[in-house]
Formats: sequence, structure tokens, C-alpha cells
Amino acid sequence: MTVQTTNRLDARGLACPMPIVKTAQAIAGLGSGELLEVLATDPGSTKDFVAWARTTGHELVEQSQEDGVFRFLLRRK
Amino acid sequence: MEEPLAISLFSGTDDRLNAAAVLVAGAAALGRPVHLFLQYWALDAFRADRIARDHGLSSEAGQDGRSAVDRLRDKGGATWSETLRQAKEIGEVDIQACSLSMDLFEIGPEDLDPLVDGVEGVTSFWSRAERGQVLFI
Repeated sequence: MTVQTTNRLDARGLACPMPIVKTAQAIAGLGSGELLEVLATDPGSTKDFVAWARTTGHELVEQSQEDGVFRFLLRRK
Repeated sequence: MEEPLAISLFSGTDDRLNAAAVLVAGAAALGRPVHLFLQYWALDAFRADRIARDHGLSSEAGQDGRSAVDRLRDKGGATWSETLRQAKEIGEVDIQACSLSMDLFEIGPEDLDPLVDGVEGVTSFWSRAERGQVLFI
């Protein structure tokens, strides 16, 4: 069994479109199949991350929300 | 989605420039090539010695609008020039100055911020905008 490390990006406090811009920058530096966990507080981010993953082909593996913080787990295509 | 987006950017106030920068960054993140054409007051705002200045807000903003924009800035919101800089890092964003507007202000390419990639005429703009959508801001 391989243990996969998760890269993290804290985009809390950033306004639209910076969470997506920073995510695009971060995921470009990963290898195919690597995971990226993003935290954001921008209320538009729930729809934005779904749309961004659908269009770019990266996989949105998980999505959750706790105490006003949105968490997205993405896998680079 | 790789349909190109062409934007004629005319307005030179910070609110409209910021709205345009947000649209550009979102399109760039989705992999859409973006072509920005700077005309009139927008071009003036991209002058190297003016880009960091306060460019005011459009007339509909009023005093409440001014306060709202200041509040967002004080919370650390990115400026429109910073948003455009980052959009260029993640995607294909080409920023061209309108040659007529260059004549209007009697300026040369050396007077513009490095965000601007070059100078072109309107024919080049429309020729490159042939496919895809066009916005005027």
C-alpha cells in the first residue's frame, strides 16, 4: 500500500478569484495524480471549484464545509 | 473550454478595471486564452508611472461605494494590476495597447507598465477576436 502525501493550500481570507488563481498555480507544480487540499472562505468557492474541476479535468475528490471554511480535495489530472 | 475571450478595456476607474481583472483571471484559470485591448482611459491607467495610483471609481459608486471598496482593500484584497499579473502566470493572457490611444496620450511603449505585451491597431484586435467572445468594459 502506498501512502500518498497531500499538498496543502491555505486560501482562507482571499477574495474571488484568488482562491482559484492560487489553486491553478499550486496544481501546476504537482505531478499527475498528486493531491492538493485547499481551504477557502470565499462564499463563491463551492461553485467555482466544481466548475473549475469540470472544465480543467482535475478531479474534485472531496468537498466539505465546517465553521465557514470550505475544504476541497483535488487530484491533478 | 478553450474558446478565446477578447476584451476591449476602455474604462480607467479602479472598480471597472478590477471587475475586468477578475473576469480575466477566471477565464485564464479555466484555460481560455484572453486578449485584452487597452483603449482610452484604461490605457492611461496602465502607464508605468500611474498604474499604482488611485484611479477613482465610476460615478455610480457614490460615497457608500467608495467606503465599500476601501474596506475590501484594507482587508488585503488584491489590486487589479496584481490580479492581472497572477492571471498571466496561470494562463494565456495577452495585453495589447490600442495604437490610436497611444497617439492620443502621445506616449510610447516605454511609458507602459511591463504588464502590457505590445501595441496593436484595431484590425489586429478584430482579426484575433474572429473566433470567440468579445466584451467591452
